[in-house]
Amino acid sequence: MITRNEILETNQMIDDANLDVRTITMGISLLDCADADIDKFNEKIYNKITTYAKDLVKVGDELAKEYGIPVVNKRISVTPIAIAAAGCKTDSYVSIAQTLDRAAKAVGVNFIGGFSALVQKGYTESDRKLIASIPEALAVTDFVCSSVNIGTSRNGLNMDAVKEMGEIIHKAAELTKDRECIGCAKLVVFCNAVEDNPFMAGAFHGVGEADCAINVGVSGPGVVKKALEQVRGEDFETLCETVKRTAFKITRVGQMIAREASKRLNVPFGIIDLSLAPTPAVGDSIAEIFQEMGLEEPGAPGTTAALALLNDNVKKGGVMASSYVGGLSGAFIPVSEDHGMIEAAEKGALTLEKLEAMTCVCSVGLDMIAVPGDTSPATLAGIIADEAAIGMVNNKTTAVRLIPVIGRGVGESVEFGGLLGYAPIMAVNKYSCEKFIARGGRIPAPIHSFKN
Amino acid sequence: MKKAVITVLGNDKVGIIAKVCTFLSEGNINILDISQTIVGGYFDMVMVVDITNTDKNFDEIADGLDALGEEMGLKIKVQHTEIFDAVHRI
Repeated sequence: MITRNEILETNQMIDDANLDVRTITMGISLLDCADADIDKFNEKIYNKITTYAKDLVKVGDELAKEYGIPVVNKRISVTPIAIAAAGCKTDSYVSIAQTLDRAAKAVGVNFIGGFSALVQKGYTESDRKLIASIPEALAVTDFVCSSVNIGTSRNGLNMDAVKEMGEIIHKAAELTKDRECIGCAKLVVFCNAVEDNPFMAGAFHGVGEADCAINVGVSGPGVVKKALEQVRGEDFETLCETVKRTAFKITRVGQMIAREASKRLNVPFGIIDLSLAPTPAVGDSIAEIFQEMGLEEPGAPGTTAALALLNDNVKKGGVMASSYVGGLSGAFIPVSEDHGMIEAAEKGALTLEKLEAMTCVCSVGLDMIAVPGDTSPATLAGIIADEAAIGMVNNKTTAVRLIPVIGRGVGESVEFGGLLGYAPIMAVNKYSCEKFIARGGRIPAPIHSFKN
Repeated sequence: MKKAVITVLGNDKVGIIAKVCTFLSEGNINILDISQTIVGGYFDMVMVVDITNTDKNFDEIADGLDALGEEMGLKIKVQHTEIFDAVHRI
């Protein structure tokens, strides 16, 4: 029998520490929708998505009510469109993005991911069309998210794609400059992208996946922070054990909700993503965990070590709590979505270079970082190349979601609203990498032995 | 047996338990366990109930208790017990 204290503890985690199920994401394969006629393709994908996901929002809301835990987002990921639409005879994929947007609105989800291409080793014709369509696709839709994988540890880095993505990010910002350059907030450039990630903007439904799957992302930076308040000043063993125990409890909730969602929707359970994802709300922040651990501000010396132990112990606790773990699984450090990170960036405690170092030990990468609008496409590509190199060499996923804010510079900020938050514009190293990026070609895969 | 946990929180006043219990009995919901304390005038009650034989669906129970809480200035929440088992039992 459950005790009174256990009931109260669980409800305190939900009510006072912002424990929630961050997202139930339904992955849907669009491979069987292939058609040479793009209008027919659009009709098929609209019908498939709206049929499979028709009850997704309803079930998410029911579970939230019955178990008394918020299910914040209900989302959809689809097969990378560059693969699913490869047979279409057309010059542009913008109409496909519009169809995805319509389908998302019809079923009531707040994001749909998978306007994506995987070009780690080279481009197909379809990959080229998709990437060229990204800026306009993101400008004319509200809920479509896009991602491009430009490297893997097995294949190396496609530097032509890195160069092009610098230009595409810049163009996406230009086309949405009247709306705080929001297009860039929906575009991620990956190295080692995963096929079952439930979190946006980088979610897509990989080709190795089943026809349909339910992936769940749980979150609880606030719960970890509250638990650490109880062990203030104690040694690292206690600190790590506390994070581990808390991650276990958080993940058990996700596992239960995922199982139940999968049963009610009659869709196989895919994975639980063990990421700690912050929101702009006070008490739901990774930065607050660093402060509780003893750092004055995130970015202070010691931050990378603190993040490493946080990330590792979240995984250690979470893995035991779930039957299938996948996705990105780690701590996210998006700047605009975490009020503590925003403040640290405003004070100058947190710089782009320190964030880059932190991404060596966490998921996912340079996330939701606003940079000056006059940052050149080559410099954006240089930042992508650095981040991808970290992922490639360390066999981990890294990503870049940068927002060059057109017409603004360091000291100003950009406001996205909602879960995307706001961000101060951070300084970028002003020296050029133009000639390096202009070389083109590929960086070969790194050696997978001699690991010193 | 299908069980649920009801938690009631708020300022103490006459008749809280009576009203909650009346609501439950009208829905044919059996009370399995009650634990209640008052700390500094703050009323805090946890109930475990059996909802196997109720003629109401979970939505109606949740909305009914929510409305009752509103009326008395309390926060009343009902949840399936599985969430607590998940967090605290392996």
